[in-house]
Amino acid sequence: MTTTTCNYKRVYVWELPVRIFHWITAFSIVILVITGFIIADPPAINANVEATNSYWFGYIRAIHLITAVVLVASSVFRLYWSIVGNQFANWKNFIPYTKKGIQNIIHVLKVDILLMGDRDHDLRNISIGHNYLAAFSYFLMGLLFILQVSTGFALMADTSSWWLPKMFSWVVPLFGGDILVRYIHHFSTWIFMAFAVIHIYLVLFHDYVEARGEASAMISGFKFVRLERFRVIKEKFEEIKGKIVAVESDEEH
Amino acid sequence: MKKTLKKEDTYYENIIKKGYSRRDFMKFATVMTAFMGYESSMVSQVVNALETKKRIPVIWEHFQECTGCSESFIRSDHPLVADLILDTISLDYTDTLMAASGHNAEEAKQESMKENYGKYILIVEGAIPTKNEGYCTIAGRSAVEVLKESAAGAAAILAFGSCSSWGGVQAAHPNPTGSVPVDAIIKNKPIIRVPGCPPISEVMAGVVVHYATFGTLPDLDSMNRPKQFYGKRVHDSCYRRPNFDAGLFAETYDSEEAKKGYCLYKAGCRGPVTYNACGTMEWNNGVSFPIKSGYPCIGCSENNFWDNGPFTERLTNVPGMGIEATADKVGKIVLGTAVAGAAVHAVATNIAKRKEIRDAEKRGEQNEQNIKA
Repeated sequence: MTTTTCNYKRVYVWELPVRIFHWITAFSIVILVITGFIIADPPAINANVEATNSYWFGYIRAIHLITAVVLVASSVFRLYWSIVGNQFANWKNFIPYTKKGIQNIIHVLKVDILLMGDRDHDLRNISIGHNYLAAFSYFLMGLLFILQVSTGFALMADTSSWWLPKMFSWVVPLFGGDILVRYIHHFSTWIFMAFAVIHIYLVLFHDYVEARGEASAMISGFKFVRLERFRVIKEKFEEIKGKIVAVESDEEH
Repeated sequence: MKKTLKKEDTYYENIIKKGYSRRDFMKFATVMTAFMGYESSMVSQVVNALETKKRIPVIWEHFQECTGCSESFIRSDHPLVADLILDTISLDYTDTLMAASGHNAEEAKQESMKENYGKYILIVEGAIPTKNEGYCTIAGRSAVEVLKESAAGAAAILAFGSCSSWGGVQAAHPNPTGSVPVDAIIKNKPIIRVPGCPPISEVMAGVVVHYATFGTLPDLDSMNRPKQFYGKRVHDSCYRRPNFDAGLFAETYDSEEAKKGYCLYKAGCRGPVTYNACGTMEWNNGVSFPIKSGYPCIGCSENNFWDNGPFTERLTNVPGMGIEATADKVGKIVLGTAVAGAAVHAVATNIAKRKEIRDAEKRGEQNEQNIKA
């Protein structure tokens, strides 16, 4: 093992729409967090100006709201892509409802999170797209995003004449007032930030330990997959006489 | 105040009998139309209604309260408004203002409720204690019992003030008396919330007049507050709003900037989360309102306002997590834990996966050797 090198194939994992969605999300979250904290606790700039001559805080809020709408639109598109996109973009990856999914989560918890040794070395345990734990964490963040969007639009609803924020006007009575709604909106931001830290760290972790292009995959779309892994899949698919994953190589790496 | 006026009188007849001129009446109708948020073309309709409609009997119940709402109510800036409430709408029973007392008062109430069953308006001031009836017993009966009895024949219930609307100060943590708002006890009647600690007198009067003139409940928002008074945040009608958009903030309410009219947002102003008419109607004959007087809004008309302190700070305490645990502190702990966890994991990875990483490196080095040539 130590002396033989492994052969890898380049697999197109993240299609362009998925990558665009990812980076829109990433930049939006950065913008939303920054503008959000400015809105929550604006710096007191006591310049000797009249209110008529300045509107910077209004613009900050405008940026916050526009970015939120962009992120919502991009998320709606991503939901659509989870139906029409490739196997790694499919919504089924994100909810571990199968035995395989739960086993994979246990494997990831053991090997990647608790750093226990991998005795079996079963290649199928190495995920090509998301591992099931990561995907499930995105699902949970999606739920938190829904909470964030509903509380945000609910706060906007009363001063907006647009149907989109109006759709969320039921949220305020649900929580009993703007104060608590605002509070939830504010606190959730911290969870997004904590998630970003963990997410970025684990990308770097996988790239460092496995060196399969985990980080660059979100730029190029490609990941490197061990040749043996294809055989495993091929055999499995041949057994059920289904379609065969393309292994014909037009590129060598 | 008992039976000095016939109940069959219309509002107009009653007002004229009281010695006001028609001109006064017209002024009053115009003022009330404006209060209710209607345009001037509606004045004639209000006049017509007041001229023809029979007066509506009102029962006003006081439970756990400070009488601040009543105090605010009788200070309506227009003299006719006060008269309207105290005499014209035929306030048949109110603990603090009626002339009758003892058994007579209770009998008068019973009589009025029987006579006007299904027609009268019930105004409730104060929260209702549920833990022990000893906390609020009126004429030997518990508040819950009294409320249920008065509500049974009411056409509509107006919850005046934050206590009867949300629970208010009485229901603030730890709520020793188990106080609840009206809608926690009465489920089968239309309940209009007129929150505030206290509500603006013209707002209270406006709601009553709306029902009296049109015979219908005003348009309500999702929290059952009349839209014409609670449709906007204090923030949205605040005269300091341009300073908010311009990012001109006073750090504290006693600062030089606050005097200049800078926004009190950073001083903890609850205007952005409070629905009320303070910014437009103002108080004491439109003289001022808290923000205009230089103090941040404390959000007195919002649910749980008392527990959402401290009033002069933007962020409120996390409920049940101690006085000092604000959302940002908890958030920093969450974020700090994530960062620390990642750092520890990174170190642990280099130890636990040492062999794996080294093996891969060796294979890579071998490849590197082979690539020379």
